[in-house]
Amino acid sequence: MELLELYLLLFWVFLKIGLFGFGGGYAMLPLIQYEVVDAHNWITVVDFTDIVAISQTTPGPIAYNSATYIGYSVVTNMGFGNMYGVLGSAICTFAVSIPSLILMTVVCVFFAKLNKNQWMQASLSVLKPAVIGLIASAALLLIDDHNFIDYKSWIIFGAVFFASIKKVDPILLIVLAGVAGLILY
Amino acid sequence: MIPLIRNEVVSKRSWLGDDEFMDTLAIAQSMPGPMALNTALFVGNKRLGFKGSLFSGLGVILPSFVVILLIAMIFVQFKENPVVERIFKGIRPAVVALIAAPLVILGKAAKINWKNSWIPVSVALLVWLAGVSPIYIVLGAILLGILHLVYIKKILNR
Repeated sequence: MELLELYLLLFWVFLKIGLFGFGGGYAMLPLIQYEVVDAHNWITVVDFTDIVAISQTTPGPIAYNSATYIGYSVVTNMGFGNMYGVLGSAICTFAVSIPSLILMTVVCVFFAKLNKNQWMQASLSVLKPAVIGLIASAALLLIDDHNFIDYKSWIIFGAVFFASIKKVDPILLIVLAGVAGLILY
Repeated sequence: MIPLIRNEVVSKRSWLGDDEFMDTLAIAQSMPGPMALNTALFVGNKRLGFKGSLFSGLGVILPSFVVILLIAMIFVQFKENPVVERIFKGIRPAVVALIAAPLVILGKAAKINWKNSWIPVSVALLVWLAGVSPIYIVLGAILLGILHLVYIKKILNR
């Protein structure tokens, strides 16, 4: 694929992700996975999981972190040099933030009381519970035989799930899971 | 990240009042994109118009952009390393657990009960098993909410 064509496609895909990324954070994951893993085959489920892991341990919104990471790795995986990768990364991050920038500007200028508007509240009445379903699907979509290789994976899953409910720091849990992987495999 | 923004914007610099900040959070949460970025864009716009939001947006995106880009460049070279692969075999199930664990608290915050639990359940199944694009889920949910209000208004007018 031509470099310019790839840049335009990346721009368009991340513009869509930015526009429909209601609920932020984990709620955006199934949308990103749908586009970059299923629709365009840019990365595998395992690579996507690794990107989410890196995002969980670094500051900043997960959707933006994955835009930055995917922009770089997609371009370099197709054989283009590092600097083209950096540009791809910038394009994706820029594209994913454009909808927020435009919408927040419009809201700021015209609808400062938007959240009290009955049509806005009506739109959110189903969307808010739907976002919970999107987050659940984000977890379900990542359960496959590449991420869960054997029973040991499920033991790690259970332990981290329980510890996270007990409010143990997620970064510490990732580090511990990494250590467990080193010992168990 | 929100308490951090509140501390800077409300307590330290008094760019917004506390009530105004709470309203901003509510709007930022209901718009697409991360809440922290939307809040930053709103505050920037309040202070300096569109130019203000351009700079506040850049400020909130740039640090993680640089960090993630560096990680991407370095990680690509170590991905095939067997030690790194073993570490990530342990991390991958943890990633899924960390996504699933907050669901209970988030469900309570979104006021999920027996009457409306069909919404998250059917959304999860549609996306997970039927492979429906989340874009259609978002559009469908907005449409359903609006149709519900139209329906209620019709009944009230009768």
